[in-house]
Amino acid sequence: MKLHLKVWRQKSGNRQGHLVDYELDNVSPDESFLEMMDLLNEKLIEKGEEPVAFDHDCREGICGSCGMVINGIAHGPKAAVTTCQLHMRNFKDGDTVVVEPWRASPFPIIKDLVVDRSAFDRIIQAGGYISVSTGSAPDANTLPVGKEQSDLAMDAAQCIACGACVAACPNGSAMLFTAAKAAHLGLLPQGQPERNRRAVLMINQQDAEGFGGCTNIGECEAVCPKSISMDFIARLNRDVLVGTIAGAGRVEA
Amino acid sequence: MATETSPAVTVTQMPTFTEATLDPGVPPGPIEEKWEKHKFNMKLVNPANKRKFTILVLGTGLAGASAAASLGELGYNVKSFCFQDSPRRAHSIAAQGGINAAKNYRNDGDSVFRLFYDTIKGGDYRAREANVYRLAQISTNIIDQCVAQGVPFAREYGGLLDTRSFGGAQVSRTFYARGQTGQQLLLGAYQALSRQIAAKTVEMHPRTEMLDLVVIDGRARGVVIRDLITGKIETYVGDAVVMATGGYSNVYYLSTNAKGCNASAIWRAYKKGAYLANPCFTQIHPTCIPVAGESQSKLTLMSESLRNDGRIWVPRKADDKRNPNDIPEGERNYYLEERYPAFGNLVPRDVASRAAKAVVDSGYGVGELKNGVYLDFSTAIKRLGEHVIKDRYGNLFDMYANITGEDPYKVPMRIYPALHYTMGGLWVDYNLMSSIPGLFVLGEANFSDHGANRLGASALMQGLSDGYFVLPYTMGNYLAQATLGKVTTDDPAFKEAQYTVDDQVKRFLAIKGTRTVDSFHRELGKLMWDDCGMGRTAESLQHALTKIPQLRAEFWANVNVPGGGNDLNQELEKAGRVADFFELAELICLDALHRNESCGGHFREEFQTPDGEALRDDENYAYVAAWQYAGAGVSPILNKEPLKFDYVKLSQRSYK
Ligand SMILES: Cc1cc2nc3c(=O)[nH]c(=O)nc-3n(C[C@H](O)[C@H](O)[C@H](O)COP(=O)(O)OP(=O)(O)OC[C@H]3O[C@@H](n4cnc5c(N)ncnc54)[C@H](O)[C@@H]3O)c2cc1C
Ligand code: FES
Repeated sequence: MKLHLKVWRQKSGNRQGHLVDYELDNVSPDESFLEMMDLLNEKLIEKGEEPVAFDHDCREGICGSCGMVINGIAHGPKAAVTTCQLHMRNFKDGDTVVVEPWRASPFPIIKDLVVDRSAFDRIIQAGGYISVSTGSAPDANTLPVGKEQSDLAMDAAQCIACGACVAACPNGSAMLFTAAKAAHLGLLPQGQPERNRRAVLMINQQDAEGFGGCTNIGECEAVCPKSISMDFIARLNRDVLVGTIAGAGRVEA
Repeated sequence: MATETSPAVTVTQMPTFTEATLDPGVPPGPIEEKWEKHKFNMKLVNPANKRKFTILVLGTGLAGASAAASLGELGYNVKSFCFQDSPRRAHSIAAQGGINAAKNYRNDGDSVFRLFYDTIKGGDYRAREANVYRLAQISTNIIDQCVAQGVPFAREYGGLLDTRSFGGAQVSRTFYARGQTGQQLLLGAYQALSRQIAAKTVEMHPRTEMLDLVVIDGRARGVVIRDLITGKIETYVGDAVVMATGGYSNVYYLSTNAKGCNASAIWRAYKKGAYLANPCFTQIHPTCIPVAGESQSKLTLMSESLRNDGRIWVPRKADDKRNPNDIPEGERNYYLEERYPAFGNLVPRDVASRAAKAVVDSGYGVGELKNGVYLDFSTAIKRLGEHVIKDRYGNLFDMYANITGEDPYKVPMRIYPALHYTMGGLWVDYNLMSSIPGLFVLGEANFSDHGANRLGASALMQGLSDGYFVLPYTMGNYLAQATLGKVTTDDPAFKEAQYTVDDQVKRFLAIKGTRTVDSFHRELGKLMWDDCGMGRTAESLQHALTKIPQLRAEFWANVNVPGGGNDLNQELEKAGRVADFFELAELICLDALHRNESCGGHFREEFQTPDGEALRDDENYAYVAAWQYAGAGVSPILNKEPLKFDYVKLSQRSYK
């Protein structure tokens, strides 16, 4: 099939960017969206132009590298998939497809569709872990964890930190990301000792990075490739409240 | 470092090698006691002195992240590097099926010895006994560590850990977190790493690529890095270097590995004197989604755990175009169950892959391109119900449906083997140190533990064993004893390495040819798959060895790398990796050609039993082939590490 592409091109973070039109022929419905972008790049290189820069690695929806806003929707029209898992059979011959990077001020653009998501790493560094050093663990089965509890923790733990939630949120909030980590660890008995403190520290960092607040709009859940539930945000809020009352984060802040 | 740009050798017959014997430094004593005793005998670094040592850790996969975090906890000054934008995105994230451990929670007869035995046998007797035994011992600590970190492994209703069985084993010892075990284990290690970054024991450098190793006075003392955003070529000094940069399956272009996986770190270390062992031991995974067309950029694995409940078959009639559900039982050939009644669909990967190739090659392939076999869940769904299957493999089924547009709950999956894992890698001794003192190699990047074939769910185990539990001891032992002079980046060795890297960048940009990097990569991959893939012959390998240098020469004359060197330039990154793949490909073929036997993933068609199984030659080839670089255009030196089997009797593998 044939597509009319409008792709965001930007040389670097401090230069102006704009949408550029490309006509692309011979796109196969079996190709993934990134394979379609490969095809475009191959054509651009052959014409002596610079290819479109975009992040990608696993190409199977698990590393969280890829991310494009496609026709206004983070990761495109199909629910519960990443851009690399989106297949061209979801488009029609002659379609116009607009491709843009994640847009959020805590995710500055590096080049074309590549953005800097290191703010997510700093949120985890602020407290998104269980403080256990290598070698100090007891036998794994000494601490039973109910299957339901463990399954729910796993639902939250599936987050791939792609950033679609932030890109989709009108407030540029990272609450779904932060809540997923807080819930994953906070639902497990191993994560209890640091639970509320962890929540407060991560939230503080999230605010410091400039992410917006959550007003329950729900765009994040709608675009999340792992279908992570907004219910986890309520849990996070509760932990933050309890932690704040207990004075967590004050000493450290 | 010489870059080999023109056809170096045209191999018409086997080149002559200089040979030497290698000692892996395995400690004495009974195998069960070696590691404990060795740990006691190793030298320690005084806690107050640890922070004076700088350790450069390349890679943040399971091996690198666990190592960097553990070294940071011990108090060393660690610098960690990865090419992705975050350490959490390393290729380990994609592992699906699970991780082995000899916990024997099921009381089904598992033990450290059995895991050791299965690994040695599964590796077709080409691994070092002492290392494998240690791995089996440590396996149980890994599960404890990961659970404590909050890895949400699958549980039973009673709250205890669930397990499943994997290929090559008759016990259920594989721990898993749905179909995302690698993701969860990596996030555990990433979180431990993040904690150390916050504690400032680890300095993290994402979006950087290591492009050369610096060796001073015979020891690894630093690296040259390209900052992928600014293009700046920088140098870092260390007291030791740890390479945990993953495997090289992408030599074959199409593989299950992430697109960025590459061999540049290990290849450039090889050219600085680190031996590269058994490069021809590559693993083809039996259960991947078959190729759909020309533009395919990678292959997707369907976890081997599916073979627990899925049954593999092809129609008995060649070229049968019927809907699989309309083919009656009697007209289906469950070829693995028939041929291997004891292991059935759970035979090791190499055996399952070759069997699939055999049926497809003889015209029984299924799907539009006739390039697959069926993996059928209907029996399991009838027996256990759809919800159980969904619970076990839900995300894999979704993934399959999304890629192929077919519903595997209703129609059998189509699968075919694909390149997946590389057992070969930099040679390491018992302490995981390469032949360059001060350069340690962990995870898939080293050659250890899996011999000629890796069992499923054992790579995650090895990566974490290396990083959490082996390196932290052996690194201390090295640093406590090494006399390390003061080194700065002004040292001529740094300047030279930096110059070489810079020069390569400039040369790429100056070629301005007519072919894209990918087009060369694809052509190299196809050549390797055809000539050095699931089956190899002396003839096909000779063919590859003539073709590769020609293609490489064309690459250096005609590749088109657009853009400049001073910003993010993904084509430039790829060009560097493909240049290294070209050189490594040649060594893979040379190694395959020299090994006149079949073992594990290395199947030389000339050497097989009457019923088509791999035929080893223990008398002549029970050794690790560790290749030593001898200069551009010169045959490498072959160092042999003899393999002795004191605990597992060498025998013809049988899964019947
Ligand atoms: C699809 C798939 C499924 C799998 N499933 C399983 C399974 O179920 N069980 C199992 O045991 N194994 C499985 N494996 C194998 C296993 O995942 C890998 O062998 C293992 O994760 C490798 O880990 P690693 O730490 O050695 O390297 P990797 O995870 O590959 O990490 C390499 C790191 O090195 C960095 N790097 C590489 N080159 C450079 C450079 N030049 N400069 C700087 N940084 C560099 C990368 O950025 C990355 O951080 C699977 C593999 C695949 C492909
Ligand atoms: S490339 Fe890994 S999630 Fe898309």
